[in-house]
Amino acid sequence: MSPKTLYDKIWDAHVAHESEDGTCLLYIDRHLVHEVTSPQAFEGLRMAGRKVRAPEKTIAVPDHNVPTTLDRANASTMTEDSRIQVEALDTNAKEFGINYYPVSDVRQGIVHIVGPEQGWTLPGMTVVCGDSHTATHGAFGALAHGIGTSEVEHVLATQTLIQKKSKNMKVEITGKLKPGVTAKDITLAVIGATGTAGGTGYVIEYCGEAIRDLSMEGRMTVCNMAIEGGARAGLIAPDQKTFDYVKGRPHAPKGEQYDAAVEYWKTLFTDEGAHFDKVVTLKGEEIEPVVTWGTSPEDVLPISAVVPAPESFKGGKVDAAKRSIEYMGLTAGQKLTDIQIDTVFIGSCTNGRIEDLRAAAAILKGKKVKDGMRAMVVPGSGLVRAQAEEEGLADIFKEAGFEWRMAGCSMCLAMNPDQLSEGERCASTSNRNFEGRQGYKGRTHLVSPAMAAAAAITGHLTDVREMM
Amino acid sequence: MEKFQKVQGIAAPMPLVNIDTDMIIPKIFLKTIKRSGLGVNLFDEMRYDRQGNEIEDFVLNKPQYRDAEILVAGDNFGCGSSREHAPWAIADFGIKCVISTSFADIFYNNCFKNGILPIVFPQEVVDVLMKDAEKGSNARMTVDLEGQTVTTSDGESFSFEVDSFKKHCLLNGLDDIGLTMQNVDAIDAFEAKNAADRPWA
Repeated sequence: MSPKTLYDKIWDAHVAHESEDGTCLLYIDRHLVHEVTSPQAFEGLRMAGRKVRAPEKTIAVPDHNVPTTLDRANASTMTEDSRIQVEALDTNAKEFGINYYPVSDVRQGIVHIVGPEQGWTLPGMTVVCGDSHTATHGAFGALAHGIGTSEVEHVLATQTLIQKKSKNMKVEITGKLKPGVTAKDITLAVIGATGTAGGTGYVIEYCGEAIRDLSMEGRMTVCNMAIEGGARAGLIAPDQKTFDYVKGRPHAPKGEQYDAAVEYWKTLFTDEGAHFDKVVTLKGEEIEPVVTWGTSPEDVLPISAVVPAPESFKGGKVDAAKRSIEYMGLTAGQKLTDIQIDTVFIGSCTNGRIEDLRAAAAILKGKKVKDGMRAMVVPGSGLVRAQAEEEGLADIFKEAGFEWRMAGCSMCLAMNPDQLSEGERCASTSNRNFEGRQGYKGRTHLVSPAMAAAAAITGHLTDVREMM
Repeated sequence: MEKFQKVQGIAAPMPLVNIDTDMIIPKIFLKTIKRSGLGVNLFDEMRYDRQGNEIEDFVLNKPQYRDAEILVAGDNFGCGSSREHAPWAIADFGIKCVISTSFADIFYNNCFKNGILPIVFPQEVVDVLMKDAEKGSNARMTVDLEGQTVTTSDGESFSFEVDSFKKHCLLNGLDDIGLTMQNVDAIDAFEAKNAADRPWA
């Protein structure tokens, strides 16, 4: 048998039907659902008189719209249209009999944090969700990607997706990371190197010593932003860290079934000599803490750099860079560390897990947020929030002057009331710095949680290594 | 789904690269529980000022492009979120075909589910089509899915590639779920085997 990549193996194990032209029906093991991209899909089922084929494999949680203020149990904290959307999910979950974590449940949170936390996400699975950051689950060696609402309806009805196979891409991060450099810096550095379309048509497998050394939380951060590099999905081969993380979670296999599962999961790696269509290698020790300066996640530079001149780019990127720099209110040649910040946001499916909060709290301990700044922490789930309170992290944040919020997507995409105002500049641990992403004319600099904490203290983009 | 056959219409030029789905349809319009009516908010933040007035120099506000049916766009069109509201808004506006050097994967797939044909051409072809689009409403571009060609107003013709299954569905306006249901036996069989081999899944 010819050697296979990890992606090849998971793909082959899920093809339920293949047509002559190579179009496949790929079986889906887990379907995650949230309130924004699902109402039209459930409505479609209803109109066609269809059921959810596998409700036991379908998990729903409201996250995009939900307020993160402490008084959110009061429905009036939501706008009318948000409330209607969340209520539609309540109704659909009940009517179609799918697993559900409502806003009132302590397990509620961002769908990509809840899935792994509850043990729904397991190695070797296919996982989809009507959300591009489904790539997150690839950290477990699961083939996970975002889909549109028509495909949500298709999966609800058939538990399959019509797919053609992507190409294989390897992203290797060799060596060790230097202190102050995190998973977020790796994933941004990769996008900086490949561009936001560099992964288009590919499934990426991340490998190398620096990836192996990451915790499961860090690996989720890396895979989460595979989509920002254009890839359909990002994958990391499961290992002992993965098996340990999964063990004992509510929906993970138990006892003998766990042992049998681990035996299978141990076969999930890329065979020696398997073919990759594209290979990118970065040296871990050369990666610095990075920030974004523009309005595309590929606009990445080390914190020690300056805002680039648009003329230093090629083709259509020259005009795009001009537009970005104007939108961001910057000047070419300006030092990144001279950029003053109004707001700090720590949270999102990229960086809203316990390890992220620990990293930020380690920098903030005994320090204060700079006067006049707005700073908020939005834990990725109710359980992350509870754990952070137990570990004393919440107190560190509150004493430093951060708002300590309830779980949700919050200011990552600003569909709820957590938004930037016009011209407001934010150091954000989220995943997208697009125009208007965090609020109309808001300005976003993507950073790691530790870098966000450092910026909160100084009031400008800051090299966190100076604070360690 | 509406059948896609031939479009002969006005093409609007949008040379900006990395046009993301937040630009195509900002999140405040994602709170709808319907698919229809989003065309008026297509490119909302580029198209209107804060008071809701049209921004004159935005391409789709210019008189010659208000009825555009084709969009010629910069590289990596549709990157970002999976929101199908993006193709819903595009289709609702009346655009049936988007041409670029590359598309983000999820957006590309979403187009086909909504009767929109996304076409990938190399940079030099997109450059020619962009120039043709810049001529305005007197220049009609022709997109022929059956023959897999795009023809400029000057009669210059370019062939494009499209997946045969996606082409078939678009030409005939076929519903994916109905098609997949024809293979329900294969799904049943896979599910039964999977339950035995990987009971934890």
